[in-house]
Amino acid sequence: MNASVPSAPTFLQAAPRGHAWRKFKSRAMGVLMLGSSIAVMTPLFLVLYFLVHEGASAIDWNFFTHLPKPSGELGGGMANAIVGSIVLLAMAACVGVPLGVLGGIYLAEYGSQRANYWIRYAADVLNGIPSIVWGMVVYLLLVVPFKTFSAYAGGAALGLMMIPLVMRTTEEMLLLVPQGYREAALALGIPRWKIITIIVVRAAMKGIITGILVALARVAGETAPLLFTALGNNFWNRNLAEPIAALPLQIFAYAISPYDDWHRQAWAGALVLLGMILILNIFVRLISRDRKFT
Amino acid sequence: MSAMADPISVPPPAASVSVSMPPAPAGATTPFAPAQPGQVAEEVAFDINRFSLWYSAHQALHEVSIKIPSRKVTAIIGPSGCGKSTFLRALNRMHELSPGVRITGDLRLYGEDLYSPAIDATLVRRRVGMVFQKSNPFPTMTIAENVLCGLRLNGIKDKQLLRDRLEQSLRMSALWDEVKDHLYRPGTSLSGGQQQRLCIARAIAVRPEVLLLDEPCSALDPIATAKVEELIHELKKDYTIVIVTHNMQQAARVSDRTAFFYMGKLIEYAATRTIFMNPSNPQTEAYVSGRFG
Repeated sequence: MNASVPSAPTFLQAAPRGHAWRKFKSRAMGVLMLGSSIAVMTPLFLVLYFLVHEGASAIDWNFFTHLPKPSGELGGGMANAIVGSIVLLAMAACVGVPLGVLGGIYLAEYGSQRANYWIRYAADVLNGIPSIVWGMVVYLLLVVPFKTFSAYAGGAALGLMMIPLVMRTTEEMLLLVPQGYREAALALGIPRWKIITIIVVRAAMKGIITGILVALARVAGETAPLLFTALGNNFWNRNLAEPIAALPLQIFAYAISPYDDWHRQAWAGALVLLGMILILNIFVRLISRDRKFT
Repeated sequence: MSAMADPISVPPPAASVSVSMPPAPAGATTPFAPAQPGQVAEEVAFDINRFSLWYSAHQALHEVSIKIPSRKVTAIIGPSGCGKSTFLRALNRMHELSPGVRITGDLRLYGEDLYSPAIDATLVRRRVGMVFQKSNPFPTMTIAENVLCGLRLNGIKDKQLLRDRLEQSLRMSALWDEVKDHLYRPGTSLSGGQQQRLCIARAIAVRPEVLLLDEPCSALDPIATAKVEELIHELKKDYTIVIVTHNMQQAARVSDRTAFFYMGKLIEYAATRTIFMNPSNPQTEAYVSGRFG
């Protein structure tokens, strides 16, 4: 064998013109995309960093067990606001979950195409309504007639905001349940309402609960709808027909105050609020991990 | 083919021809000869006259007239889109789920009009059960709950009755021995063939009179298919069975009568052996010999 035998070109020899330039462009775009995704995550880490840095020092046992104290006094907490937020969320769920779930069932199982088009459209518009507008509407509906701010009004405002969210996720989850189950159940001569409640809704239960938790997490941090409904309260609420404290309101009040110790408490409150929402989201993850039909 | 070895009744030749277009006067379209010498005449389960069905503007069934015998297996064959599934679903008003469906004509089960406004579709479906192409055990229920679901959700609470039905239904669907030790596992934990037999058990647990099978074996392997076919042979002692199938060997193996549908029309309906050995319509012959469809 000698050198006169023509050998096959190497890969690089066979590469088309502009190959190196193309590789460079590919790498550059890759770096750009990585940079964008880091840029997306940076704000999250900034939020966490500042909350922990500024707020962690103000979190102690008193923070969870004591009422707010005047600036300068030690040992003040946000116990009333934490409980108030939980109470408001519970009331919001009482409004938002039944109406949202029933609406979603109607959309997925009963509604005609025409009706569904308008209901979905309305729900999507509702989703886009600024939260402060909800607060104003509920102010007119529930605060003005009863001449007092109240926990009821705050819960109603948050609940109304939940309805479109819960409704659309419920509908989507029900539509994911294969038609075959409905047909099989119908073929057994089972009445329609039993098929929907016992077979279809149960099959979609995880997804529906996930949607409810996501909606709760979403309204948990809302401040604007509470400003002229729940108002806020520096003491324990003993009557739901009276104003009630809520974490976002307390944070707002403390953050705009001129006192340093209140500012620290505002940071701590924000950290606790974020922690609560994080816990809700972890539940969502746990529940939706082995969801069927997706 | 085993069906040919079976002593299937052969209707008199003159009556074995059945063509739906143009529609003949009611009653004259289908042969109903005595089943065998010395036996009483076959009882008619479904008596269908000039039944048409539209999906909005599209006509899916054209004046179908057919008499389906009681406690026999009737196979419906035909190419995809010929209306055979539509026809099957009309037998228990399942198509009412689809919007824009309109029907004309007469569809009777043991003389009762299935489409009478006085009769609720759920009452029809309790008497006319159905098994689907894709096995569909309810995902949130155990094997036992799946079988008993039709009874429980129709309000039966008697524990003894439920226990008996559970075993009977699973035995009839030839699944009992395979699942008796884990009745409380999810229905979806079974294999595909077992799931389909579970669906059959679920359908027969409510004791319907008729069982509609919509391509019950098309998703199954040959062994599971053989089991389901064996089961069909067993079940026809108690049930009127109508089976839609794409598989002509299967139609030949399991059925007593075969109806050939094409383009929404009933082309020919006769004893299975006649359809496969000596069809009178050239389209039927072309289809069963594999030359089209």
